Amino acid sequence: MQLTLEFGGGLELLCDSQKIHKVNVDLPNGEDDLTMKHLLTWVRTNLIKERPEMFIKGDTVRPGVLVLVNDCDWELSGQLETTIQEKDVIVFISTLHGG
Amino acid sequence: MEANGGEIVRELKELKLQKAEIEQRISALEAKLHETTAAVERCDAVSNGCSVPTEIEHGLEHGMSPDQIYRYSRQLLLPSFGVEGQSNLLKSSVLVIGAGGLGSPALLYLAACGVGRLGIIDHDVVELNNMHRQVIHTEAFIGHPKVKSAATACRSINSTIKIDEYVEALRTSNALEILSQYDIIVDATDNPPSRYMISDCCVLLGKPLVSGAALGMEGQLTVYNHKGGPCYRCLFPTPPPTTACQRCSDSGVLGVVPGAIGCLQALETIKLASMVGEPLSERMLLFDALSARIRIVKIRGRSAQCTVCGDNSSFNKQQFKDFDYEEFTQFPLSADPLNLLPAESRISSKEFKEILQKKERHVLLDVRPSHHYKIVSLPDSLNIPLANLEARLNELTSALKEKEYGCVNTGSSTNASLYVVCRRGNDSQRAVQYLRDWGFSSAKDIIGGLEAWTADVNPNFPSY
Ligand SMILES: [Zn+2]
Repeated sequence: MQLTLEFGGGLELLCDSQKIHKVNVDLPNGEDDLTMKHLLTWVRTNLIKERPEMFIKGDTVRPGVLVLVNDCDWELSGQLETTIQEKDVIVFISTLHGG
Repeated sequence: MEANGGEIVRELKELKLQKAEIEQRISALEAKLHETTAAVERCDAVSNGCSVPTEIEHGLEHGMSPDQIYRYSRQLLLPSFGVEGQSNLLKSSVLVIGAGGLGSPALLYLAACGVGRLGIIDHDVVELNNMHRQVIHTEAFIGHPKVKSAATACRSINSTIKIDEYVEALRTSNALEILSQYDIIVDATDNPPSRYMISDCCVLLGKPLVSGAALGMEGQLTVYNHKGGPCYRCLFPTPPPTTACQRCSDSGVLGVVPGAIGCLQALETIKLASMVGEPLSERMLLFDALSARIRIVKIRGRSAQCTVCGDNSSFNKQQFKDFDYEEFTQFPLSADPLNLLPAESRISSKEFKEILQKKERHVLLDVRPSHHYKIVSLPDSLNIPLANLEARLNELTSALKEKEYGCVNTGSSTNASLYVVCRRGNDSQRAVQYLRDWGFSSAKDIIGGLEAWTADVNPNFPSY
């Protein structure tokens, strides 16, 4: 499944300072759908190069990270249970505090 | 000669400041004179037996004076804004919290556009390293409170609005009282505890909150607590780890980035105050300056489970006053210096200067990130950033060996000592602790880092 993954607000530093990743993610064995839960594991394994605790806490993203599926907060689409479709754009962004 | 030069600079600074203050007083008096003259003319018209009410004579049912009409004419001409928008704006009051990178442009536009009453709160003073982004301040105000500087600038742009100055930090003890006096709150602060505190306070008082943030090359903007929209805690119920909370003073920021976000904060505030357009509520604007992209995303609405604005929340003003936001976010606002090491593992910058003068054999390890090292460094130092120290220990070992063998006095059994420096003296302690665990028993940190070197040894050594 072709997906665009984007990292921002400093999270890109965890994946070689590259913000946009065009990736191909396979469906998990025996499943018909790709959920955000599976995608998070995939990202953790394949894209995060350092300090994974800055991205993941428990089975979800760490506090202070917003997840957007096609420009929409994943809270509105079922969080970890959100089903991902071909060509979706998923953004992981850390909240900023500076001024 | 040098002392003379210093005196002249001081005197110039003082005079420039006086000049700015005098100019501000002149424009305030001129505005007052205008008002008085207008009032006298109106009185004359009435006492001359002219029975036509002034408002009708001038056609000014909205109550704006001829000067106000002229000043705000370009906004009055906007069909979607017009007299109604401007009248609402003139009746509104806005509190801007923070007169820094975000607050500077926000305040300039809010003063210019005619917000009726503008409050400014900040406890900081203007510094030279603020000037690249905090564009409301001028060099004459370096060392003076940001609030005084910002208020002077706002008055010189628009002497007809009321400006309230609060030269103090916003705390749980004064927040409810101060915020309650304004219709709209602008969060232009730079740290997590302030952001949670301001949002909670806005929920308790039922005030909309225009929230902006910027760091490095990115910015974020949204409106919280507006007509059933989410509060800051709905979005971020749990504070992020401290390591994820970078400051501009550590990570850097391109001046125009908070500038752009601050302008947009002014815009959202003007929309709320004048009651035009669609506020950026339940949406968030994400600005990426480097790739020139702005994306506006849909965010969750108010959370029924929110501990502050949720359905079953019992959060009240007393709890707010007692809440420790620094503890909650694990983000101390006035950080005590780190003290990891015993006294014998540390030396002062003055002691290190003596070591240099005596030409004692040593290696100076600088553990700052390499882009910091490029800005300025002490001569003859070895740069291995703290993050890479473990992987590059062999470089340190060979540098120490070189100093030993390179010495003529081979009969001596003393090893070369190892001194560790960083910017402020925190990372150098972490490095020394680590190095001692790895057998570098002579490692000592230079207390206070390069900042202490500038302060206590060489005032000409650049600080940043
Ligand atoms: Zn809430």
